[in-house]
Amino acid sequence: MESLETLKTAAIEAVQAAGSPVELEQLRVDYLGKKGQLTGLLKSLGNLSPEERPKAGALINEVKQELTSLLNARKEALEGSAMAEKLASERVDVTLPGRAVDRGGLHPITRTIQRVEDFFAGMGFDVVEGPEIEDDYHNFEALNIPEHHPARAMHDTFYIDDTHVLRTHTSGVQVRTMETREPPLRIVCPGRVYRCDSDLTHSPMFHQVEGLLIDEHSSFGDLKGLLEQFLHAFFERSDLDVRFRPSYFPFTEPSAEVDIQCVKCSGAGCRVCSHTGWLEVLGCGMVNPRVFEMTGIDTERFTGFAFGLGVERLAMLRYGIGDLRLNFDNDLRFLRQFQ
Amino acid sequence: MIISEHWLREWVNPKLTTEELAAQLTMSGLEVDAVMPVAGDFSGVVVAEIVGAEQHPDADKLRVCEVDAGDGIVQIVCGAPNARVGLKAPLAKVGAVLPGNFKIKKAKLRGVESQGMLCAEAELTISDENSGLMELAPDAPVGTDLRDYLALNDTTLELGLTPNRADCLGVIGVARDLAVLNGIALCEPAEEPVGLTSERTFPVEIVATEQCPRYLGRVIENVDLTKSSPLYIVERLRRAGIRSIDPVVDVTNYVMLELGQPLHAFDLDTLHSGIRVRDANPDETMTLLDGSEIALSAGSLVIADHERPLALAGIMGGENSGVSDTTRHIFLESAFFAPEKIAGRARSYGLHTDASHRYERGVDWQLQRRAMERASQLLLEVVGGQCGPVIEVASEQDLPAIPELRLRAARIKRVLGFDMAPAEVERILTALGFSMESAGEGVWSCRAPSWRFDMTQEVDLIEELARVHGYNNLPVSQIHADLVSKLPDERLLSKRYLRQRLIGRGFQEAITFSFIAPELQALFGAGAGDSVTVRNPISADLSVMRASLIPGLAAALAHNVKRQNSRVRLFETGSRFSPGEPYQEQAVLGLAVTGARAAENWTESGERFDFFDLKGEIEQLLCGVHKTVTFRTAQRPGLHDGQSAEILLDEAVVGLIGRIHPNAARQLDVPPDTFLGELVLDHVLAGQVPNYSDISKFPETRRDIAVIVSAEQSADAIMSDVRAVAGACLVDLRLFDVYQGKGIEPDQKSLALGLTFRDNSRTLDDTEITQLIAQVVDSLKKNFGAALRN
Repeated sequence: MESLETLKTAAIEAVQAAGSPVELEQLRVDYLGKKGQLTGLLKSLGNLSPEERPKAGALINEVKQELTSLLNARKEALEGSAMAEKLASERVDVTLPGRAVDRGGLHPITRTIQRVEDFFAGMGFDVVEGPEIEDDYHNFEALNIPEHHPARAMHDTFYIDDTHVLRTHTSGVQVRTMETREPPLRIVCPGRVYRCDSDLTHSPMFHQVEGLLIDEHSSFGDLKGLLEQFLHAFFERSDLDVRFRPSYFPFTEPSAEVDIQCVKCSGAGCRVCSHTGWLEVLGCGMVNPRVFEMTGIDTERFTGFAFGLGVERLAMLRYGIGDLRLNFDNDLRFLRQFQ
Repeated sequence: MIISEHWLREWVNPKLTTEELAAQLTMSGLEVDAVMPVAGDFSGVVVAEIVGAEQHPDADKLRVCEVDAGDGIVQIVCGAPNARVGLKAPLAKVGAVLPGNFKIKKAKLRGVESQGMLCAEAELTISDENSGLMELAPDAPVGTDLRDYLALNDTTLELGLTPNRADCLGVIGVARDLAVLNGIALCEPAEEPVGLTSERTFPVEIVATEQCPRYLGRVIENVDLTKSSPLYIVERLRRAGIRSIDPVVDVTNYVMLELGQPLHAFDLDTLHSGIRVRDANPDETMTLLDGSEIALSAGSLVIADHERPLALAGIMGGENSGVSDTTRHIFLESAFFAPEKIAGRARSYGLHTDASHRYERGVDWQLQRRAMERASQLLLEVVGGQCGPVIEVASEQDLPAIPELRLRAARIKRVLGFDMAPAEVERILTALGFSMESAGEGVWSCRAPSWRFDMTQEVDLIEELARVHGYNNLPVSQIHADLVSKLPDERLLSKRYLRQRLIGRGFQEAITFSFIAPELQALFGAGAGDSVTVRNPISADLSVMRASLIPGLAAALAHNVKRQNSRVRLFETGSRFSPGEPYQEQAVLGLAVTGARAAENWTESGERFDFFDLKGEIEQLLCGVHKTVTFRTAQRPGLHDGQSAEILLDEAVVGLIGRIHPNAARQLDVPPDTFLGELVLDHVLAGQVPNYSDISKFPETRRDIAVIVSAEQSADAIMSDVRAVAGACLVDLRLFDVYQGKGIEPDQKSLALGLTFRDNSRTLDDTEITQLIAQVVDSLKKNFGAALRN
């Protein structure tokens, strides 16, 4: 079997020298194909004696197997380096900037309204909207603010005609809701409101979210609890001091203004809080029974409370916006900070 | 209202520091807006008199004064224009320290020695007055420390009173609340009716009794108006922000600040026959104290004599009947006007006075006699004279009735959330001046004092209890309700979802004003007749309600382009307004875009955003509506005639898009390729509940054709025709190329269409499809003169 050894040595050398998958395939055919050299040796076993045949056959098969695995290994190696080469040629600079995809953003006022809505929606309040050109009845009369009431002067109203105004608050929506739905009620009314006043700290158009709860057991204590919870949640500070101060609104009685500890100086006194340590953030109170009477709600059976908060004020405190007018300039350098 | 702390403490003096006092008032509902020292921090300033004044040898504007400082004569160089011999003024002596830690030393001014400084009010931060030396009263004692002389170690409290607390528009009211809050007594000054020294009266008649239920008058003869007001009156008025006028007016103002009752003094010699309180007659005019001539409107209440109106009742006196330095006899008025009857009157004349402010909110209707006596007493002290009897005319039936209010312990608990001890309820209300008696178990019958106009229902009493008890001492509880959860209508997309979609597409949300300039509105078509106008706009620029969001967004876009933002994509949701009965408000979505399609980047070629970019954005927004969306060429003011379209859903117009008109672009200073759009929000928010249908198991086949049609031909008509002819098997139709140029006649264009066919029940065979394509081509040929392109 000298020829087998020679064949094997030659085959191994050839496989190792092969530089491409094509050459390898040719070698496989040359040695292992139907007419291949090893196949030929197997065929020539018939020339041997029956005693010699098994031994010689085993030897040839051994070489055949060895050669097959060698061929496979070599093939894998060759393919691997070909793939590596291909990948290398397709390499990109991963540090180049990605294809530009634009992303816009919400206006900070909308963002703030959404947070307020989310808090109250979690408490089962519905979001209700209404007209911005409001009639005198819904903006004033039904809220216990008759004509010539001094409280009207606090509103600096824009008039459209003798009986229509640009709503000075979203309370008209509450009245409309009380007219059309039966208590118990839990609603919040976000939206644009208008006051005839324009300076550093007043915009002729701004946003409010007003809320109303009417049921058979609500009290001033509930109002305090709810608003305290809201302010803690909104500013994400459970230790924020909140205080309630008596105030006056014709549509609530008792009425209160709510101050929070200054979020800038934590109550030490700074420019933002005019060195008082406190910031006025909302007005509220128990719904005046007169308002219930106007909308036909039983004042003995139901009590309720209402609150109104200025969205710009909350947004400015929350995000550190120093100038109210920035909210309506729509300057992208401002807006993009809230993406 | 601004009051002096000293004055307040004369009435009630709780053991509290100034800060504690202010905090207590604020927390009880009388908000203290400011606490200010009445003068700055200074020392070493005395009352001095200029006894000699010579021109400075080397300076035109300076004088060299000999000044008596009480402990000797000093030489002061002074530039004040009013520095004159005989003037008494504050002198900061050598060693004095003025506000701002400014130390006064001996100095030479243009070579002449000055041993101190004569001061203006501003230099002592007593006021902003800086035009000359502060002029002190002729009887000011020379050498006295100025702080002692003017009692300057005082502060002022500025109260931001709510309209319901008219009772606190006098020191007495604030003092009353403080007494209750601190559980101490009020120290009311002893007041006794003045002794009568004259019999003289003057007829008073009230015609308009509803508006003026009570009118008191008194004659004081032989007053001496050459007297000046005592220092304490002048100073207290000044601290309240009221200028000293003459001793009579000063006294009436002083009593108003003290008790809250506005008073008026007439020059008796100018009055004819008697006082008549009546409605103004048609065409009557009068000249007010401030010199303004007004035409009285019907229904205005006037104080008149038998010949002419003398004063606008409760608002302002007249010029010709007021007290002057020649006045010998005065007629003093102390009246009550019904607040609800005279409310709004002052405003209708563009006036707002201390008197109208108080009368509109409610003056204690039992206060008139007391105020009259107090003023008489002070007047006699200051200007002397003989005092006649009080003339009182009242219409009892028109005076306010004090309602009986029932107060239930159970209601207190219901509203405030806790049981207040009955003894505490009684203590608080009694101290506040209420009369109350038991009306059964846990029920009281209460009557408010005459100074509280805001006590008309049970809950008003409950508020008083809460206020005095302290809001922050009330319990805190949490709302509770049965758990009920809801889901929104699935057929409606939320505005939040819409906003997030737009943000994902690179749009930035804007919020523009709802009112805009009429010129801006007109630029985009809505003229005066189509606009809702604000009657009292803040400025002409904000005087019409927007008829569309487009003008405001275009202006916001311009703002950004001017600030070097070449790529702008804005959206806004909000209402647009139009006239009508009622006024029309419609929620819309507005879009405004300009600049490169993508941000500048190595991957981009810098192509500009165009009409079809905006159209694509809108098409994707409308993909949920499941109606036929059509874009129809439209010409609209402010938009480009050739690149604008109305958007139709089925047959209804729901929006508009277009390129800005070159003229509008120039006017607004925005790029000519600025694109604007507006859509009715309801349609953008329409969604649907999905209804699954089976997916076909059979393969699809695509065929492409290119047809040549007139260049004017709208693609939409071609595609509709293809859809109609190809039928239900056509599952997708794409227009993938539009070509004009070489090989095509100049007035024609080639449209390349990709048709995808599929059936749900079988595989379509080639001949069927070929036949469908032939039908499509035939139809296009017949309807549009289309030819297949080879």
